Amino acid sequence: MSWQSQVLVAGDAKGDVLRLDAGLSFWGGVDQNTSQITQARHPQCGQTLAGKLVVMPELIGSSSSSAILLELIYNKRAPAALILGQMDAILPIGGVVAEQMGWESCPIVVMQDPVFKTGEQLTLHRSGLIERVIPPCE
Amino acid sequence: MELTTAEEDMLAGADGPGTRMAMEIVVQAGQMLGATRLVEIKSSHIDGCLYHGIAGVLFCERLAEGGARVRVPTTTNVGALNLLKPDQCRLDPQERKLAYRQMLAHETMGCAPSWTCAPYQAGARPEFRDQVAWGESNAVAFANSVLGARTNRYGDFLDIACAVTGRAPYCGLHCPENRVAELVLDVSELSFADPSDYAVLGALAGHKAGSRVCAITGLPQDLAEDELKSLCAAAASTGAVGLIHLVGLTPEAPTLAAVAGAAPTHVSVSAKMMGEARGQLSLAKDGPIDSVALGSPHFSADECRALFALADNTPFQVPVYVCTGRHSYTALQEEGLVEKLERLGVVFVVDTCVVVTPILPAKPGVMMTNSAKFAHYATGNTGHIPVFGPLRDCVASAQVGEVVRLGGAA
Repeated sequence: MSWQSQVLVAGDAKGDVLRLDAGLSFWGGVDQNTSQITQARHPQCGQTLAGKLVVMPELIGSSSSSAILLELIYNKRAPAALILGQMDAILPIGGVVAEQMGWESCPIVVMQDPVFKTGEQLTLHRSGLIERVIPPCE
Repeated sequence: MELTTAEEDMLAGADGPGTRMAMEIVVQAGQMLGATRLVEIKSSHIDGCLYHGIAGVLFCERLAEGGARVRVPTTTNVGALNLLKPDQCRLDPQERKLAYRQMLAHETMGCAPSWTCAPYQAGARPEFRDQVAWGESNAVAFANSVLGARTNRYGDFLDIACAVTGRAPYCGLHCPENRVAELVLDVSELSFADPSDYAVLGALAGHKAGSRVCAITGLPQDLAEDELKSLCAAAASTGAVGLIHLVGLTPEAPTLAAVAGAAPTHVSVSAKMMGEARGQLSLAKDGPIDSVALGSPHFSADECRALFALADNTPFQVPVYVCTGRHSYTALQEEGLVEKLERLGVVFVVDTCVVVTPILPAKPGVMMTNSAKFAHYATGNTGHIPVFGPLRDCVASAQVGEVVRLGGAA
């Protein structure tokens, strides 16, 4: 199976999916040194984002979320990629700035209703093409 | 995207590497957002001067060293330090230095060092219909709504990139067609007895509106600027609200018809809904408190004077943190009010605030506030548990060290 997403920050990624079941604000909700989710009462609180293809169907935007993403990238604790369910004007700017700084950025794409579930493995291509490597356990 | 010759030149590096980097960020952001062109802006307010980590510092310094200078009058939001008392903040010395470098880089780029989240009370007042690029959610809501200027909600990095290029992607709330209300809240059945009612209404509006443009009808027509300020700030913290039309009060909304979209959702706000919204702003039960925090957005000189009058020379039993900007602090100093308030137990927090940087005691306690914005962010950012109440209750509570409800139960 494959899907086409819209590229916001281009890049390749492969790895395990972490799907977030509620909106997450990176500012105040993610530890920039460990990438652990700290947002109180978040269903994935305690999980780490680093190295995962993080699927975020819903966003709640603090205007500083881009800053926290940039710190995660600099600290080499960024997600392998972000797959957003809706366009956001703030978070992806962290990825854009990282590219400008010459740091290995975090690919970011957006698509409607991303179906991917925690436990499956995906490949994301620079073109925005997403392929399923290992399907989710049913 | 269609760019003018001047914009192409910036992108090609004609104005130096700093401006080129800023323009690349503006153009990439515009492409993401589907903008087909940029719009010239008249002013900017920068949220990105608050320290989060070294990466953000390196970015600002790269811009500044690359010769980037702001092209339009630009004010700064709070930093992570009270520059008058740098050791008020519990960041370690290494981080304090970084926080200072981040603030300094913005001054180097030509920003006016206002260090306030209420720039509109410190002289930055865009005119009706001015295109601007402002950051900090409450300032965005105030500029769009109360002043009728046009800005999207700018976040870190894009805000300074817009200021340096003097341009913003032309989309969203920059365009008149996107400024019509999709939600109308009718509050004509409510009575507004206390200024804190406007904060509660804002919090309710934010919850209902989410990221939609909202209009409120039936408001009293004599709101003070500080009441408009607290309404906008509350709405912009519980929701992603960038514009809230206050019919009869804000310049774009002389009538509901002037701002209502084709088929807006109508909600009649009841006293019961207001009571619930008020209740949600308190996360601790009434009882002992450890502190009172005031000034999100930054307390105006008028609000400080009201605080002093309400205190009636009775000292506070718990610290009362008053977060404010130099624009108010200097005026208060001249009146001798800084000293008088400090004698009662006020701790002034200037250039920053207690919710964005570690100033409150490390051991979490109960913090009473009249700010819906503080109530919304306190626990996540500081661990302190908020209790919400009007200013007069905050004062009475600080004087005995536990929650006092002068008007009866919350």
